[in-house]
Amino acid sequence: MTALVPSPAEVVEGESRYDRLIQPARVHGTLYTDPSIFAEELRKIWHKTWVFVGHESEVPEPNDYVRKQLADQDVVMTRDKDGEVHLLINRCAHRGLQVCDDKAGNSSSFRCPYHGWTYRNTGELLGYPYNKGYGGKNKLELGMGKVARVASYQGFVFGSLAQEGPSLEEHLGAAKGEIDRLVGLSPEGKVSLDAGWLRHQTKANWKFLAENETDGYHPQFVHGSIFGVAGSPIGALYSDNSTAVTRALGDGHSENDLRPEFRTFDEPMRWFGTTPDKVPGYLASMAESYGEDAHRRTVEGAPHVMIFPNLFIAEIQVFNIQPVGVGECVQYSTAVQFAGGHELNMRMVSQSIGSVGPAGMLLADDTEMYERNQRGVEMADPEWLDVRRGLVRETVDEDGFTIGAATDETAMRGFWSHYKSLMEADA
Amino acid sequence: MSAHLTDLPPRPDTAGELVDVPDGWEVRDVEQFLFREARLADENDYDGWEALWTDDAIYWVPVDGEGDHPRTTVSIIFDNRSRISTRMKQVKTGKRYAQAPPSNLRHILGNIELIGGRINAAGGTDLEVSANFLALESRARGNQLWGGRTTYRIRRIDGEIRLAYKKVVLVDNDKAVPTLGFLV
Repeated sequence: MTALVPSPAEVVEGESRYDRLIQPARVHGTLYTDPSIFAEELRKIWHKTWVFVGHESEVPEPNDYVRKQLADQDVVMTRDKDGEVHLLINRCAHRGLQVCDDKAGNSSSFRCPYHGWTYRNTGELLGYPYNKGYGGKNKLELGMGKVARVASYQGFVFGSLAQEGPSLEEHLGAAKGEIDRLVGLSPEGKVSLDAGWLRHQTKANWKFLAENETDGYHPQFVHGSIFGVAGSPIGALYSDNSTAVTRALGDGHSENDLRPEFRTFDEPMRWFGTTPDKVPGYLASMAESYGEDAHRRTVEGAPHVMIFPNLFIAEIQVFNIQPVGVGECVQYSTAVQFAGGHELNMRMVSQSIGSVGPAGMLLADDTEMYERNQRGVEMADPEWLDVRRGLVRETVDEDGFTIGAATDETAMRGFWSHYKSLMEADA
Repeated sequence: MSAHLTDLPPRPDTAGELVDVPDGWEVRDVEQFLFREARLADENDYDGWEALWTDDAIYWVPVDGEGDHPRTTVSIIFDNRSRISTRMKQVKTGKRYAQAPPSNLRHILGNIELIGGRINAAGGTDLEVSANFLALESRARGNQLWGGRTTYRIRRIDGEIRLAYKKVVLVDNDKAVPTLGFLV
């Protein structure tokens, strides 16, 4: 117990709390266990920065709505009659009840069951019964709460509870290109996330998930059981001699860029673990849409990118991570569907069911690791988690991004650097 | 995604006509089979459990009540015979960490009801049975009580009762559920 005095959590003159807890090669265990840090994260990250909430394809028609989660906030994603998407906070302006009970549906308005107050699907108050008690109709300047800023990129809907801040495109930065890469695998340049969501309760701090998503060091170990029996080539992508790279994309985003491996093989659909003869309709449509470039697209495949703080695109799956408490979060996962995807779409659903969610042959094992990790960091010694892997061999690529080898912790260090900047900002 | 799915097969829970309970089934034999299936799962007898299945097996754990079509929407589990085999091979490596160490587990079945005969793809008639269950799971994460209604389709092959279909509708499948690493 060498490092217990002074406590790393203690604030020292001239240093922020986070200077002590987050260092270049190590981070402190209390970041995952301290309820006061979690409360601060809600204020400075989850209620402030852009958070992935859902996809426009979940509310395809005017007046469609679906309940979603934004950290601790129950929100209703609606599409109004003019097609605009809103994120309403599910709370009545009168007595604070939950206004919308159904998980999804189609309605131009919501009526609170308690006293009958009614809201348009834009959040505007439409009316209240027995209005003489308020001096007549339209007398109240009230409405449902709204997520202050709503924006979408390629149909991915994000919300920010802060009135002001960087635009969504500024927040996404270099990660935009990764979303574009995914969408570029649709013959029609469009994806949808309308295959439903699995909901996986996870007794671990959300940051273990965010760090793990682009950790190329763990797959051979955590997933060796399925790689072996399924004859999967994925393991080799994360081997010690893989040519794939881990890239910190800035703003806390990161990716495992597997394209160097796939380019070497130069085989369309290898990224999906299949061969062209299995998806002829899809490849014909890709060739029709993109000509010669279809070959490059279908060789390089889909991105493996973690977008801070909660959107993970794992090639054909999308994960939405939402915190519940300091030691608990929920992973929502679904299969990407490509507009014009033909037979590939059903294959993506099938492969996703096999891989992700509470019984997934990959994600159940990751989740077991998250939960054991959470129990582990409750232990007193050693107090730190080591994130130095690859520091000795990191380089900067032609675009100015820090890159490491496939198994390096470059992505984690990028995550922590951005996290620290947000946590040190004034509330 | 309904487009381009002209070859979408019917959803498996309603595929095939439901007819009267076929002759030749004793409730007690059916119950004994269901109890044995649950015990093999509880005791991690993976080979014994896998051997119960027919070649046209479907093992389905949907989300959101009865679930949407499992070819076009995600489910917790939607295994055919080949994927059941992969799942068993994975767990038998001893490195399927979600189930290594294995959960301590006990199922209780009740409300066993013969629903009818279900015409299968080969033209035969399977017996459709449903049961309510509770399963108490204990692992390092904590104890978890699972519950729901299971629909089974069983048939006799060479005198042995075999399992062709099992759909498990968890009562809380509209919420986030923990890792389900065991055989539910």
